[in-house]
Amino acid sequence: MPGDVLDDSGMASGSNTYLLDGRVHAGILGVRNVFQNTVSVIPFGGRYMPTAGDLVIGVVEDIGPSNWLIDINAPYPAPLHVNEVPWKVEFGDTSRFIGMEDVLMLKILSVDESKKIQVTMKDSGLRKIEGGQLVEIAHPKVSRVIGKSGSMIQMIKNMTDCRVFVGQNGRIWIDGDRENVQVAVDAIGLIDAQTQSDNLTDRVREFIE
Amino acid sequence: MSGHTEMTLVNEDGVRIDGRTADQHRPVHIEAGVLSNADGSAYLEIGKNKVLAAVYGPRECHPRHLQDPTKAIIQCKYNMQSFSVSDRKRPGPDRRSIEISKIIAEALERVVLTELYPRASIDVYIEILQANAGTRCAGLTAAAVALADAGIPMRDLVPSIAVGKADGHVLLDLNKEEDNYGEADVPVGIMPSTDEIVLLQMDGDMTREEFDTAIDMAFEACHELCDIQKAALKKRYDTGAVREGSE
Repeated sequence: MPGDVLDDSGMASGSNTYLLDGRVHAGILGVRNVFQNTVSVIPFGGRYMPTAGDLVIGVVEDIGPSNWLIDINAPYPAPLHVNEVPWKVEFGDTSRFIGMEDVLMLKILSVDESKKIQVTMKDSGLRKIEGGQLVEIAHPKVSRVIGKSGSMIQMIKNMTDCRVFVGQNGRIWIDGDRENVQVAVDAIGLIDAQTQSDNLTDRVREFIE
Repeated sequence: MSGHTEMTLVNEDGVRIDGRTADQHRPVHIEAGVLSNADGSAYLEIGKNKVLAAVYGPRECHPRHLQDPTKAIIQCKYNMQSFSVSDRKRPGPDRRSIEISKIIAEALERVVLTELYPRASIDVYIEILQANAGTRCAGLTAAAVALADAGIPMRDLVPSIAVGKADGHVLLDLNKEEDNYGEADVPVGIMPSTDEIVLLQMDGDMTREEFDTAIDMAFEACHELCDIQKAALKKRYDTGAVREGSE
């Protein structure tokens, strides 16, 4: 809980914690995590904070003459500039290529100190998404869905024969034939609900079968 | 505060009209995560008070001119429903609601780590569904739970309770009759880990000694309240806890 004393034996304060009187206190609702000599908190939820290099799935919420504003489930919408898309776009012609409520795969280019975000679509694999289904989960759970070196997500892909793309902002896109997509969606729901289990990989495999 | 009644609010044995002693608060019940649309929410009952708090954010700040480039601002809206009091309250913000919104937002500003989200706004909505004195304290207590539920970084939870004086006795957690016909009403909100006061108002008259007693009572009750707040949050997340990362 926020304010709880995490440690008073002199450990360093990690992410989501603060120091008070030489003791480390929790700064967010989450789980205490100790790594080497640092104690930090893994949050249960909260808004996604964008970091450069992350791959995310965004939804267009506004169109301007030289950019689009994308909602990436962060505290601020991210502008996508016309120079950052693979097509040549004339000034003012933006709506022809990407319209309102379109879903896009994007990469975070940079985040500056006042948290202004720059995104791009000019990288391999990034494109406008058509079809398929979008699932949203709490962003700290994304690493669970991906698994150790991608094992969990690879297993889901192989067993359901679907294309899956996981955004770091908690949005996941799944495409395949209808039944398999539903199974994949449910499997992700299972991971979301049971993140504390140890042999989650096995449980998910059993569930899919 | 300005009323007069023939009723004995506290009798010679020190028992109040609802059976409590001077230092007992009303029964409290808190539930976190009750609204699925909001980023964080909490429902709180204390005595006959019923309060709902919802938190949205951090999100883009509207109106733009209130944006702060160094930190997030907290916009709080405290509202009493028309049906929450026995004499229908006209809907819409009145001066009292605006004042309460302001003090709750300022109290929360002290706890939330706002520097992490420049130019953003954290919107807190507090709705009073049933009122029986002490609603601003109940609102602040619920809002703190809702903020933690929303995953917003904060230094601490903020429990809050009102103390006061009625029939010459210093009492904890005034109910409606004690508030209306009593001599003083002092809402207090604290940060339990440092025992700092984040909300303090006073309405009425008290001697210095009575005030000191009252504040001590309030602090003790707030620490108890904080445990109840934490229990509500724990209950919400216990079944879905994330195991310490080993991947």
